[in-house]
Amino acid sequence: MKKPMIFSQFFRNNGVIMGSALMGLVGFWLIFLVVLPQLSMLDYSFRFNLPPAEVGGPRDVYTLSNYQHLIYGSDKTHSTYNTVDLMVFVRTIIAAILVTVFNILLCYPLAYFLGQSKGSGFVRLLVVLLIIPYWINEILRAFALRIIFGDSGLLNEVLMFLHLTKEPIDFIRQDIALYAGLGYAYILLMLFPMYNVIESLDRNQIEAARDMGASWARIHRRIVIPHAKPGIVSGATMVFMLSAGALAAPQILGGPSSLWFTQLVYQWFNDSLNWQQGAAYAIVLLVSTIIIVLTVMRIFKVNMGDIGK
Amino acid sequence: MSSGVAVDLENVWIKFGDFVAVREANVNINGGDFFSFLGPSGCGKTTILRAVSGFLEPSDGRVLIGGNDMAGIGPNKRPTALIFQNLALFPLMKVWENISFSMEVTGASAGERRKRADELLDMIALDGQGDKLPSELSGGQKQRVAIARALCANPDVLLLDEPLSALDLKLRQHMRTELREIQQRVGITFIYITHDQGEALTMSDNVAVMKAGVIDQIDTGHNIYDHPSTPFVASFVGENNVFRGTIKSVSGNEAIINTNRSGDLLARITPTQVGKLGVGDDAMMFIRPEALELGKAQETETTISANVVNEEFEGNSFSVFLEGDGGKQIKMSVPNLGQDNISAKGENLALHYDAANAVVMPAGELASE
Repeated sequence: MKKPMIFSQFFRNNGVIMGSALMGLVGFWLIFLVVLPQLSMLDYSFRFNLPPAEVGGPRDVYTLSNYQHLIYGSDKTHSTYNTVDLMVFVRTIIAAILVTVFNILLCYPLAYFLGQSKGSGFVRLLVVLLIIPYWINEILRAFALRIIFGDSGLLNEVLMFLHLTKEPIDFIRQDIALYAGLGYAYILLMLFPMYNVIESLDRNQIEAARDMGASWARIHRRIVIPHAKPGIVSGATMVFMLSAGALAAPQILGGPSSLWFTQLVYQWFNDSLNWQQGAAYAIVLLVSTIIIVLTVMRIFKVNMGDIGK
Repeated sequence: MSSGVAVDLENVWIKFGDFVAVREANVNINGGDFFSFLGPSGCGKTTILRAVSGFLEPSDGRVLIGGNDMAGIGPNKRPTALIFQNLALFPLMKVWENISFSMEVTGASAGERRKRADELLDMIALDGQGDKLPSELSGGQKQRVAIARALCANPDVLLLDEPLSALDLKLRQHMRTELREIQQRVGITFIYITHDQGEALTMSDNVAVMKAGVIDQIDTGHNIYDHPSTPFVASFVGENNVFRGTIKSVSGNEAIINTNRSGDLLARITPTQVGKLGVGDDAMMFIRPEALELGKAQETETTISANVVNEEFEGNSFSVFLEGDGGKQIKMSVPNLGQDNISAKGENLALHYDAANAVVMPAGELASE
């Protein structure tokens, strides 16, 4: 019985015309730009890749073969597994989790510093400096990183100049460039939700805890982190989802032998022109990441409402 | 329960850049006392509290707790507990976890902490509420939880930074009594910061009145009210009629002041100025509204003539607003003993007072309303 109340409240606050316009736009966006395309992808993923003439013909029936291909490959007997694609999938998920964890560890101290030094000019300048690089498009940033991490790139030059290494390190083949690129690509999406919640923390709570003898570690564990949890989870969700679904950074910064799962999806759609197979791969990635996110939210006792804060 | 320890400020200066927040503060607070710092906002009283709690170090001078110099000792190492103006309860912890947080820090087991928290909850009459979250409590209950949390670590000194300011009037008056009771029960030193003179006067053994970083007077509430030592204290604490003028004659501890508009008036010299105030000095004389009475006295030096401008009924008293010679504003307060009214508009009254109830001192800065 809560829903109708929310709606009537919504219309009372915004007026009937503005309210309908807002509802209409949000509805249009949700239905036509989110739900319907995904449903058509879902539909694709259960169909055979047929020549145009046969679409809608007797052979155009639903099938699980696209999903079976991810697990068993082209082996029709299902006795061997499609290890190549499965490994890419697992590696993508694990790497995205690692990138997310790395971003949490990197952003938390920064967000704490920014959030607690309330709006001083210096802090505002720092925030601007963090944002400006994001005016440059993602592909250019990825190429810039590729140059920095290259054999004769800036990083190797510096390391060799400092005699920390004799031979240039192959950051690209080692996938270090890839992880750095992914970490960098979405770091602001981690930083800002964290910064927002930490900024809203009452400084007196920290002082009260300090007055009662709490160490810095305990203050963070018992006061700051519980308070910042919704921001951390909301940032982590975005970084994980976007890293797992990233295409530009793996394409440009990935080593020659390592594939990101999205690159497989891309290949199915673009190179093999097999949309049905690509859709199945994309759906597997989407569902898996959603399940992982929901599980993590469950473990850390965060609900959807907290994330929107 | 621990007995209170003394807190001493020796020649304490606190500066923020060029701004002097506290100037040469010398305060001796007896162990087990309820001591208040009273002053308008921005007078430096919270700064003093932060220096005692250890959140900031004085620029000069010493803070001693129980005779020990506290220089370089952090807030977590001092035997003090601070209650914040907004209480700063931890919103995500249960009430009992809040109360026993200081024991969690020292590694006490959950069982011990729960036991101690329940004892303290009993003391503040909130037994059985330990599993609630602070947000589920009322304002007064939160207040009491904050006190219990501060007392949990058995501090020697409890520091309170205007903790009642967020409460409504009724609750505030109730909590005054309760705070005083708790203080007497646990017997430790309370240092209380407030801009509310009612709180300071009702609860404290001693009060320090502060103005712009300077402590003007330290005394019992009663003495502060009856024997203010500066014009600021006289005008900040309670209501007062002020008469400016110059000293005409001095005899012993009494003086006659030639006021600018109300003629020659007799008053007692405030104790700290006896022997110092001389003929011809610029002076100020203060008479409380309740010290004025109707009726002519024998001597004209204790009688003021004024016309009634307005009369207000206050419940327990009538406030009569008058205008003396030259437009001098005077307020008189008459207890309500069943009269219908005190005066008629425009009526000329002779106001009489007892010279012991009027106090004169060198002219100085008044508290701004």
